Amino acid sequence: MMQTLEPILAEHPFLKGLDAQYLKLLVGCASNVRFNAGQFVFREGEEANEFYMIRQGKVALEILGAERGPITIQTVGEGDILGWSWLIPPYRWRFNARALELTRAIALDGKCLRTKSEEDRNFGYELLKRFSSIIVERLEATRLQLLDVYRVHS
Amino acid sequence: MRTDAMLTHLYRVERVQDETYDTFTLELASRDHSEERPFAPGQFNMLYVFGVGEVPISISSDLAKPRTLAHTVRAVGNVTKAIRALGRGGELGLRGPFGTSWPVEEAKGSDVVIVAGGIGIAPLRPALYHVLSERKEYGKVVLLYGARTPADLLYQREMEQWRGRSDLQVDITVDRALRWWRGNVGVVTTLIPKAVFDPTSTVAMVCGPEVMMRFTVAELQKRGLEDDKIYISMERNMKCGFGFCGHCQFGPFFVCKDGPVFRYDRVREWLGKGDI
Repeated sequence: MMQTLEPILAEHPFLKGLDAQYLKLLVGCASNVRFNAGQFVFREGEEANEFYMIRQGKVALEILGAERGPITIQTVGEGDILGWSWLIPPYRWRFNARALELTRAIALDGKCLRTKSEEDRNFGYELLKRFSSIIVERLEATRLQLLDVYRVHS
Repeated sequence: MRTDAMLTHLYRVERVQDETYDTFTLELASRDHSEERPFAPGQFNMLYVFGVGEVPISISSDLAKPRTLAHTVRAVGNVTKAIRALGRGGELGLRGPFGTSWPVEEAKGSDVVIVAGGIGIAPLRPALYHVLSERKEYGKVVLLYGARTPADLLYQREMEQWRGRSDLQVDITVDRALRWWRGNVGVVTTLIPKAVFDPTSTVAMVCGPEVMMRFTVAELQKRGLEDDKIYISMERNMKCGFGFCGHCQFGPFFVCKDGPVFRYDRVREWLGKGDI
């Protein structure tokens, strides 16, 4: 018998405490994926139709600096969420995401989730609240990063 | 006031270890190697380059070896550049040790989380040495270390050894990196949610730029740590070393005497105020 992804999703910190009926909705949009070291999860400019719940491994978010080549701006790993461009039009990735090591994740189909969120606004709100919290955390971290606190100030 | 607080002792540079392009570790000993200068982790000495000036530098060595004192220095000003120029065999003046220390004794029986940013790892190193030397006295021990880039990471060989220990969680991150870097990228605070410790029985020791410490404290609080279990090390313009000259006043405190290590709940109202 094939095991469903429900117990795995239920254990993920991102979905902690999520109502069982919403969990079932998510399971319907979820699939297991794996990326080998060096493999791109997505590339800047491509259509963004999913997000990833990382179960194992590490992924680098990169941006191409014209002179310096790809610069890693953040890494995400076990327990982290990767990608929110599927949530906001025009649904295009803004960065490259590349696996630094063998990475296993659960991919959630963004189109499927957008449709379910429109059908059940309470589900959509629940999902958005969880993403908002991640977006705020990342924004705070980015602001601290921008301060360049370890630089020598003359 | 200690009677010898103003007395400068002659020390010789035994060894200079380049840590990064602008940071080095000096090992100092008294001329005849006989003088022992016991210190507590987190304390600092005043190092005096004759004819140039004096600067406060944290002691970064193992307190079990009081005859050789290590100081990790970033060469960014006239005095620190002059210290770098001394080289092996060079002599300088030393006063100290001064200031308060990390609560390594009070932390016994608890988990210990050490969060370091940049050269803030230097004053925490003696605390970690001590905790590791009495490892059974503590619960889980976590070291979270952030630097600007991979080229700015200090004590790299030691970090590798520490990472190899099963009784110590070491997580390292850098704020920015090129593609070759396989480690974490992101500010040091992003490591806190994944660190394994029991917030109800943990002592946190934090050192780095002030803004980094404020963000770190906020993350530790989110994990459930109480303010009286968080210790930070402050940096100010310290001159005399015993609260006499007033250069390092911080609210009602003098950092050289009442600090540099403070329990967070005692200084929280003064942190983040631009004019203090």
